[in-house]
Amino acid sequence: MNIQTHIEETVMPVPSASPTPIIEVRDTQVFYGEKQAIIDVNVEIEPNAVTAFIGPSGCGKSTLLRCLNRMNDVIPICRVEGSITLAGQDIYAPEVDVVALRQKVGMVFQKPNPFPKSIFENVAYGPKINGLTKHKLEMEEIVETSLKRAGLWEEVKDRLDQPGTGLSGGQQQRLCIARAIAVQPKVILMDEPCSALDPIATATVETLIDELREKYTIIIVTHSMQQAARVSQKTAFFHLGELVEFGTTEQIFSAPRQERTQNYITGRIG
Amino acid sequence: MENTHIVKSFDRDLTQIENMILEMGGMVENQIMLSINALIARDEDLAKTVRAADKPIDALESAIDENSIRILALRQPLASDLRHVVCAMKVASNLERIGDYCKNIAKRTVALSGHDSVGSSEKTLKRMGQLVQQMVRDVLDAYVKKDLAMAEELILRDEEVDHMHNTLFRELLTYMMEDPRNITSCMHLLFIAKNIERMGDHTTAVAEQIYYVVTGELPEDDRPKSDMTSQIVVSAEGDLI
Repeated sequence: MNIQTHIEETVMPVPSASPTPIIEVRDTQVFYGEKQAIIDVNVEIEPNAVTAFIGPSGCGKSTLLRCLNRMNDVIPICRVEGSITLAGQDIYAPEVDVVALRQKVGMVFQKPNPFPKSIFENVAYGPKINGLTKHKLEMEEIVETSLKRAGLWEEVKDRLDQPGTGLSGGQQQRLCIARAIAVQPKVILMDEPCSALDPIATATVETLIDELREKYTIIIVTHSMQQAARVSQKTAFFHLGELVEFGTTEQIFSAPRQERTQNYITGRIG
Repeated sequence: MENTHIVKSFDRDLTQIENMILEMGGMVENQIMLSINALIARDEDLAKTVRAADKPIDALESAIDENSIRILALRQPLASDLRHVVCAMKVASNLERIGDYCKNIAKRTVALSGHDSVGSSEKTLKRMGQLVQQMVRDVLDAYVKKDLAMAEELILRDEEVDHMHNTLFRELLTYMMEDPRNITSCMHLLFIAKNIERMGDHTTAVAEQIYYVVTGELPEDDRPKSDMTSQIVVSAEGDLI
């Protein structure tokens, strides 16, 4: 498949200081009917790093996140203009297979949403429908590796046949991350992945995010600025549909250049 | 701060720290003047007062630290708020050091009682003291106003203090070579001059913190460094080189 080959090329280690971006968003506008939700956004996502999208409610951060794997396609009044490329390939090109795209760009949602099936089947489901493997043994390996990478294996290895919904909230969220990993994505989108979790479960997921960036590119939308500061290397601040400022997380949180960023992160505008 | 926080008590916390810095600065400024006056007049009582007055300055520094740490822990300030709090701790520590130097001058004043002044050195010390006192006053002003231009000017102004220190260093060395009986007085005066020179450096450090609060960057280290005393030696012929 086209996308696949392109990705293989760009994931080669790039020795330069600023690596080739894996996702490039160019002059992008998003409309919900008449209302414009994203205005002229340009952003480049660095591979193998965590990029945080922050901003007040309704600023467009989740909308943009959902554009990156075409989750907005299911909303009939939603219209996307401009160009969004994954490893150089336009993801809105007519020939793109959306299912294949979402395999490359996985997603984890705010509320853990495991399937009402066993832990094993939750993780195995993606690889199965994508035809990644046909052998039972191979499937078991994929499930184990995915659960290990999601930091859940030790906790669930003796009860893989039990329902995923029976796990705690934090475990369920890590199960969803394992499910996303199982189909070998390049990018994982996370929309408020910890907002339904307690502080300990949040800390576990944050540790996991930090480990995952070695293998994946992660984009996280969060309302918690502390979380953005803790887990991300790059931060983008959105306000009223515009990308106000994009920089290293350190710079954004210690010395933002734009007044709107400053006012938002210090708690002066909501 | 032009915009107020959504959480009003956060603004109150930040303002309180700023007020404490100003109070501390005012006390330190006063200490500079009093310690020099005590020296010139050989006023041991005043020197004693100066030494005692250093305690409340130290206490205020601890209080500023405590308050800053509380804000860091409870409010997790970011961006300019973060710089503001971190800077308050550093400014307090610099002011505390200036206070210590005043206390040291007061101690040496007691040691100098019964010794007359040597040449015009004490006049120079007084001028240096006045200069540094004015610098402290101005740096506090710049701190309140977050005045970048003023902070930059202060960083340059320290050069004048360094020049006076160089001159005094040479002068006092000469007096010591002229008559060994001058050595006790001159050594103390030399340390006092060094104390005042260091006060200037700490004031400069505060000005650099203001620069950081305003811009988010530390000033480049290209300010003039004019303290040459660490290179001055007396040659075999008795010349200063």
